[in-house]
Amino acid sequence: MDKHTKVIEIEEVVIRFSGDSGDGMQLTGTLFSDTSALFGNDVATFPDYPAEIRAPQGTVGGVSGFQVHFGHSQINTPGDYCDVLVAMNPAALKANFRWVKPDGIIIIDTDAFVEKNIIKAGYKEDPLKEEPLNGINLIKAPISSMTRESLKDIGLDQKSILRSKNMFALGIVSWMFDRPLEHAIKFFNKKFANKPLLIEANTKVLRNGYHYAETIKAIAFNYKVRPAEITKGTYRIINGNTATAWGLLAAAEKAGLKLFLGSYPITPATSILEELAARKDLGVKTFQAEDEIAGICTSFGASFTGHLAVTSTSGPGLALKSETLGLAVMTELPLVVINVQRGGPSTGLPTKTEQADLMQALYGRNGESPLVVMAASTPSNCFDYAYMAAKIALEHMTPVILMTEGFLANGSEPWKIPDLDTYPEIKPPFAPKDQPYSPYEKDPDTLVRKWAVPGTPDHEHRLGGLEKDPATGGVSYTPEIHEFMVKAREEKINRVAKDIPPLAIEGDEDADLLIIGWGATYGHLLTAIDSLRKEGLKLALAHFNYIRPLPENSGEILGRFKKRLVCENNLGQFANYLRMNFPEYPYHQFNKILGLPFTVEDLKDAIRKNLEV
Amino acid sequence: MQEVTQLKPEDFKSDQIVRWCPGCGDHAVLSAVLKALPQIGYKHEDVVFISGIGCSSRFPYYVNTYGIHSIHGRAAAIASGVKVANPNLSVWVITGDGDALAIGGNHFIHLVRRDVDLNVILFNNRIYGLTKGQYSPTSEIGTVTKTSPFGTIERPFKPGGIAIGANGSFFARTIDSMPKLSTEIFIEASKHNGASIVEVLQNCVIFNDRTWADITDRQFRDDRVIVLKHGEPMIFGKERDKGLILKNSQISVVKLGENGITEKDLLVHDAQTEYAGLHLSLANMEYPTHPVALGVIRSYNLPTHYDQALTDQVREVQQKSKIKNMKDLLHSGATWEVK
Repeated sequence: MDKHTKVIEIEEVVIRFSGDSGDGMQLTGTLFSDTSALFGNDVATFPDYPAEIRAPQGTVGGVSGFQVHFGHSQINTPGDYCDVLVAMNPAALKANFRWVKPDGIIIIDTDAFVEKNIIKAGYKEDPLKEEPLNGINLIKAPISSMTRESLKDIGLDQKSILRSKNMFALGIVSWMFDRPLEHAIKFFNKKFANKPLLIEANTKVLRNGYHYAETIKAIAFNYKVRPAEITKGTYRIINGNTATAWGLLAAAEKAGLKLFLGSYPITPATSILEELAARKDLGVKTFQAEDEIAGICTSFGASFTGHLAVTSTSGPGLALKSETLGLAVMTELPLVVINVQRGGPSTGLPTKTEQADLMQALYGRNGESPLVVMAASTPSNCFDYAYMAAKIALEHMTPVILMTEGFLANGSEPWKIPDLDTYPEIKPPFAPKDQPYSPYEKDPDTLVRKWAVPGTPDHEHRLGGLEKDPATGGVSYTPEIHEFMVKAREEKINRVAKDIPPLAIEGDEDADLLIIGWGATYGHLLTAIDSLRKEGLKLALAHFNYIRPLPENSGEILGRFKKRLVCENNLGQFANYLRMNFPEYPYHQFNKILGLPFTVEDLKDAIRKNLEV
Repeated sequence: MQEVTQLKPEDFKSDQIVRWCPGCGDHAVLSAVLKALPQIGYKHEDVVFISGIGCSSRFPYYVNTYGIHSIHGRAAAIASGVKVANPNLSVWVITGDGDALAIGGNHFIHLVRRDVDLNVILFNNRIYGLTKGQYSPTSEIGTVTKTSPFGTIERPFKPGGIAIGANGSFFARTIDSMPKLSTEIFIEASKHNGASIVEVLQNCVIFNDRTWADITDRQFRDDRVIVLKHGEPMIFGKERDKGLILKNSQISVVKLGENGITEKDLLVHDAQTEYAGLHLSLANMEYPTHPVALGVIRSYNLPTHYDQALTDQVREVQQKSKIKNMKDLLHSGATWEVK
């Protein structure tokens, strides 16, 4: 029998690591995706984990997953269905079986497939009999017992030994896809610098997993995914929340201002606060407030003193911040709000993704309370849009809400490190020191008022939430003045449109259907459209990053196509917003509210159907 | 802090017409603040007044400094942001019993806990005046108001109890009609490093007139309040013939000369001690069993306060870190070249 392994070259692979939420699947997935990126593949990842830190062990509710999509060509999504599923227990199989391709590979830890766990997972009998495995290549590996065997003499307790079984699984998959182990080993050395025993244990288990896969040749071949053809440059892996935090830092540096973040921990936005709290080296001041309201209030105060002031949150927190947002609208102070959306309403689905806070961001305040709303669309472009949100807030003296989503916040991808010299200048309208100051005197073109900060002599002034007379800055209840000021605040936001790029179209100029999206759905929409265009369909994509105000050419672009299909992870909030702004066109909708990203397959079906209508 | 001379109270007056009701206690507080400001050593442009919502929260409009008339209950949080962002400013919070202790209660206790170097003037008139007469969290049980037509059944807060109970470092109390004492206290509050809470017993002439009259009426005020001074024995009374002693772990009123009691037997006020037990008892004293304590009841300087500690920490990390700018950060950690 030929013992040599066949090497098969493939374009792209999706792997899903899944296990109990204490099994270390997020780490396993991260190490694998980082290794692939370092190897030169394009990568997209998607962590999918429960809100409970340790849900009951062995249950479907406690399954934590991490999906990695890597390939030789450009990767826009973490992938719908996986080529390989690693299931560390029956519950992981139960939760993820539906996501395995019909000809996929499933690797299970046979040691975990015992009666107790099978019942806990909700199977009536052996899941390997219950699930339709036709065509699936099942690799039964005694991962737990081999981990135990590997470390029997190392001098660790049983619990610590079993904790490294995830590295055995990583070893198996690393062999299958011809991944080097160096990155993971480097990671152990750094992470366990003070615990040499753990470095040794994890390294040993990882190598043994790798050699096990090689030895048993459970798979008769291993796969090679060649490096992607990627633009030259220096790269790093980045997730959406880090990119957001760094974009804000970059904006502060460009503007010559200090960054202040007032925030309260909330899933899935917390890591923005964590990252900026660690960035004191760049002079950032973070304030972990007593609640969401104090988070934005401290930022509001910092803005008054001339800082780039930011607050980060998710839907429930945005609700609590609305009154202070209104105050920032009224006092015309710059303030950036990062809203990392999650499933709602109420506590909803804290760890899942959704796009249903759009109306809250646009209108969730008392009175006529216009502000700028933007949305990032990939993990790495959170950097660019955070930068732009800060630029617009500072230059237009307005609050800006930047919408990201759980899917972007935790998802990661390789990112070509940008050259900050190519980013636009940021010039806040500080009041000239030698001229008299009137707080509500406005630039005739932009309607932006000047910014005078405490410490500046002769510019002392009082701001407040009451309506004011633009001439004196004093309080005024005069009916005509109120109407004038409401309209001036509205028009000020409308004029931001002059500073944002026009809406671009991707795909066919003569498309039969214009697909419309906003925010984190971009990668899926693009992949679906590219795939269908290869089949010969005529399609175009208009993806919005600027929502209020809309790009100036929006109406013209919408009118250029016969049919419009608005795709969103909600019940149609952006579609309705477009109906309000451009009532002259009809809009079709594709909506999902699963707490999950779209699948490319669902999108393709929807697009095909809409073409037929 | 800069050296400032020549400034007078009028220099801190704004051009706005003061709109409080005639006879309102707020006028006297404003005037006491205007007298204090030239003495605290800050220039106009380095002083900020932040208020919430309520009658007293109109205050920032009437001082010629930087200011924000913000939203209900949030002045403490907004002012924390101002001070933390720029510790060189003298930042004052103007708030009331509803603003600080009802809607803004959470921010109030956390301001005290963090010990941000702010000066809080809490106007306590035991009523909601701006909404025309509803009971507040400091209204006494049984108070009849528009929302308690049969008398309140809620137990009131005592601002001093909350501030000292939350481990506050500074608490003082004054009366609107004692402007000289108020000015002295505001200057002390400004000097204190940390969150300074000053409660002003203030009269609402329209909706809660004479709410503090039992202790503030001139004919018997001196017998019903005690003005505490650090390092001095606790003596009070029109004739300076009464004092406070500690008996069975409780503060008791004694008459000098009776039962052989002399000044030496009296408690001596130590506002600067860390131990808060006696400060709490003093702050909670009530007429008629005790005189109501005025003056600086507690002024304990912690080694550092929040805004200072944060500034120090930022500087320390900046000195140690290899990351000096965005470019350093972008290229830190794991990166790779694509050629």
